[in-house]
Amino acid sequence: MAKLKKLEDYRDEIERCVKCGACRAHCPAFDAERREGRVARGKIALANSILEGEVGLEPKVLEDLSQCLLCGSCCAGCPNKVHTEDIVAAARRQIAEERGLSTFGKGVATVLGRPKLMNLLAKSGGSLSSILFKKLPKDSGLHLRFPAPYLEKGRTLPPITAKPFRERVPEVIPGDAQQPTVLFFSGCGINYMYPEVGEAFLKALKFLGVTVIIPKDQACCGLPAVSAGATKTIENLADQNLAAINGHTFDYIVTACASCNSGLGNIYAEMGDEFKEMSAKVMDIFVFLARHGLPEKLEALPKAEQRIKVTYHDPCHLRNQGITKEPRQILKALPQVEFVEMPDAGTCCGLGGTYSVYHYEHTKRIAARKAGNIASSGAELVATDCPGCIMQLQDGINHAEGTQRALHILELLAEALPE
Amino acid sequence: MLPEQIIKDLQKILGKENVLTSKAERICYSYDATQQSFLPEVVLHPGSAEEIALIMKLANRERIPVFPRGAGSGFTGGSLPTKGGIVLCTERMDQILEIDEENLVATVEPGVVTERFQKAVEKVGLFYPPDPASLKFSTLGGNVAECAGGPRCVKYGVTKDFIIGLEVVTPTGDVITTGGPTMKGVVGYDLTKLLCGSEGTLGIITRIVIKLLPLPEAKKTMLVLFDSIDGAAQAVSAITRNKIVPTTLEFMDGRTIECVRQATDLDLPETAQAVLIIEVDGDREFLDKQVNRIAEIIKPLGVVETRIATTQEESEALWQIRRSVSASLRNVNPDKFNEDICVPRSKVPEMIRKVDAISDKYQIPIVNFGHAGDGNIHVNIMVNKKVSGDIMKAEGAIKDVFKAALELGGTMSGEHGVGIAKAPYIPLEITPVAAEYMKAIKRSLDPNNILNPGKIFLDDENSAECGD
Repeated sequence: MAKLKKLEDYRDEIERCVKCGACRAHCPAFDAERREGRVARGKIALANSILEGEVGLEPKVLEDLSQCLLCGSCCAGCPNKVHTEDIVAAARRQIAEERGLSTFGKGVATVLGRPKLMNLLAKSGGSLSSILFKKLPKDSGLHLRFPAPYLEKGRTLPPITAKPFRERVPEVIPGDAQQPTVLFFSGCGINYMYPEVGEAFLKALKFLGVTVIIPKDQACCGLPAVSAGATKTIENLADQNLAAINGHTFDYIVTACASCNSGLGNIYAEMGDEFKEMSAKVMDIFVFLARHGLPEKLEALPKAEQRIKVTYHDPCHLRNQGITKEPRQILKALPQVEFVEMPDAGTCCGLGGTYSVYHYEHTKRIAARKAGNIASSGAELVATDCPGCIMQLQDGINHAEGTQRALHILELLAEALPE
Repeated sequence: MLPEQIIKDLQKILGKENVLTSKAERICYSYDATQQSFLPEVVLHPGSAEEIALIMKLANRERIPVFPRGAGSGFTGGSLPTKGGIVLCTERMDQILEIDEENLVATVEPGVVTERFQKAVEKVGLFYPPDPASLKFSTLGGNVAECAGGPRCVKYGVTKDFIIGLEVVTPTGDVITTGGPTMKGVVGYDLTKLLCGSEGTLGIITRIVIKLLPLPEAKKTMLVLFDSIDGAAQAVSAITRNKIVPTTLEFMDGRTIECVRQATDLDLPETAQAVLIIEVDGDREFLDKQVNRIAEIIKPLGVVETRIATTQEESEALWQIRRSVSASLRNVNPDKFNEDICVPRSKVPEMIRKVDAISDKYQIPIVNFGHAGDGNIHVNIMVNKKVSGDIMKAEGAIKDVFKAALELGGTMSGEHGVGIAKAPYIPLEITPVAAEYMKAIKRSLDPNNILNPGKIFLDDENSAECGD
């Protein structure tokens, strides 16, 4: 059975923070509001105070702990490499255990934990445009990460698809025998919002002759529940996914969503020995493609005369794992793309699981900065490797009244590949 | 907790949202980089000098101590609320008010983060050299209050060399200005220089007038590995003797190199017992000549290898070795006392030998690196606070290190200040008469001892608690 670590288990990690303040230079949430409780150093002090019994779970503590995108930027800039994102996630789980899941947390836990309900909700919402989406009744539950009570005015969202991706495709798509077999963990974003990304994924792997398995009974990876502190939901989803995956024979579990990649590859790995083998096989799609000769094949294609300027946004959950080169490598190799780098490509988009739900005003500030960076790069498209980022980047661009479009690199790749 | 009426008065001055009273909020302003912690009774975020003046008047009336704070990244406890009271945070005052390209002068508020200011002036071809290691997050107000240094100070000088005017709220709540935007000015006492490095004990800085330089066209970095620390130290003297002042002249001793080698996969051969990172800046065509000249001068001094960066990336790679020091020290021991003594440049090798002897005496690892070019050595006494006796050993070693520095004509602190961390050792460096001269200034400006009390000089009532 999957088992997550407790806040108590992070004492050593907490002690490794020397309060130097370096995190202040790297935290997007702190940048949006410069109060010490917003930054990693402050959150670690609070987590410690909870453990020591110096503070209870009073409103200010909850507010500060909710003000974290779990993006890991602080850890990247920390001289002692303290994983504040793990400490905050553990603190949120403790809060949820002691105080019960917040209204919002409960909503997420119910919907994510029941894929059938999610399918049903997706179907009933398929014909809705994003404007109608906002007009849904509060209790519809369709909103998933964005339940109506928290769905702030003015957020633009992609429509929910009528037919989820996994219902459109067979469970196994055979390829060449000499090529590896890939298990595609599609995640909710691709399944319910961006099925075209899933189709692009299949086209790319077909191009390489790779066999693809898309387990029908895979569930949500659980990352939104990590953000919400819903321990049981995360543990149940992990068990469910392990069961769904263990029934198949494959070489790699490949994701096209940075969050899923981190969930399966990193968070599950810490949840028990039975997950170790599975987690070790998790690979990002662009790492897979780069290692299996796609860049060379793309370079061989004739370059388009009129190329489109594209920039890349690093999803936190890939950047934290050091995966920054491969997505750029593929983008740069695309015949129709002229790659341009934007300033601060590695700073968080501002979505951060439940962060943008509770703190949409701050999210908008973070997103406005990002939108400015995208615009300053001169790119027409901003490509990335995570449905959550795509959704957030587009919302930020819309609010900045920009003309750029956010999309998945796979969409550009599929466009470049022969039919 | 402060009486409710006082909180209400403060809220009236600042607005409710800028008066933080909950325990959670107060915990977040209880510490700095010394890792000590004192819980304030209230945290204030004023937005102007006028508001700060009102706070100081109230604090004097009610006899509440006030502890000014920038980013809280100091190493000696200058911002710690050692007596509870008020933490007064200047972070909200974060505007760059003017960059005057005709006069090469800028005016800023104290909450501006140093790096942000540097980038802003560099955009228009100007240059603010002081570069403390914390520049990405520390504030200019804090930098002025502590008179921060940094690697580039070898050539350009420290923070106070660039501050030509201030607006300050006095400990009793008046607003004064000192100096101004002129390059010269000798009317009255030089209060600007007195306030720079006064650690928030004589006034709260609310506006800073900064002298700027033209941005050098280019810089060039070289890294030299030596087979002995003596070789490296002699190299520093030889470079200086040959009338070359590099922008930075950083060194790492053998133990530091060992730490970095173990913690990273950076290329550092075992024969290297000392490293110098030398950077020069100026006109492009002039740099190659200077680097070659330096290489020539130091060649006979036991050079194992010289690496000269030809691109920005290569320069970054060389600096990466220096930047990985801090984290890699943890492999020696989890906790460190980071002292920043400064000795005359020519005494660096002798100082290193003395530190090695102290390390042997106390049987405790001491790792040295820092700014060799100006004799400012970061002496890191590595301990495990959980091992009984380690802290006692460290305290003995610290005292010996200070004494050794003073014997060589040096000082206990080149950059970090005194705060509470070094306050007990003040008598080693400052004579009773000189100390009284300083205290007389403090007494006359702050008769109620309201502003940052117990810093630099211990007062009797808390000498016991921070004497440890």
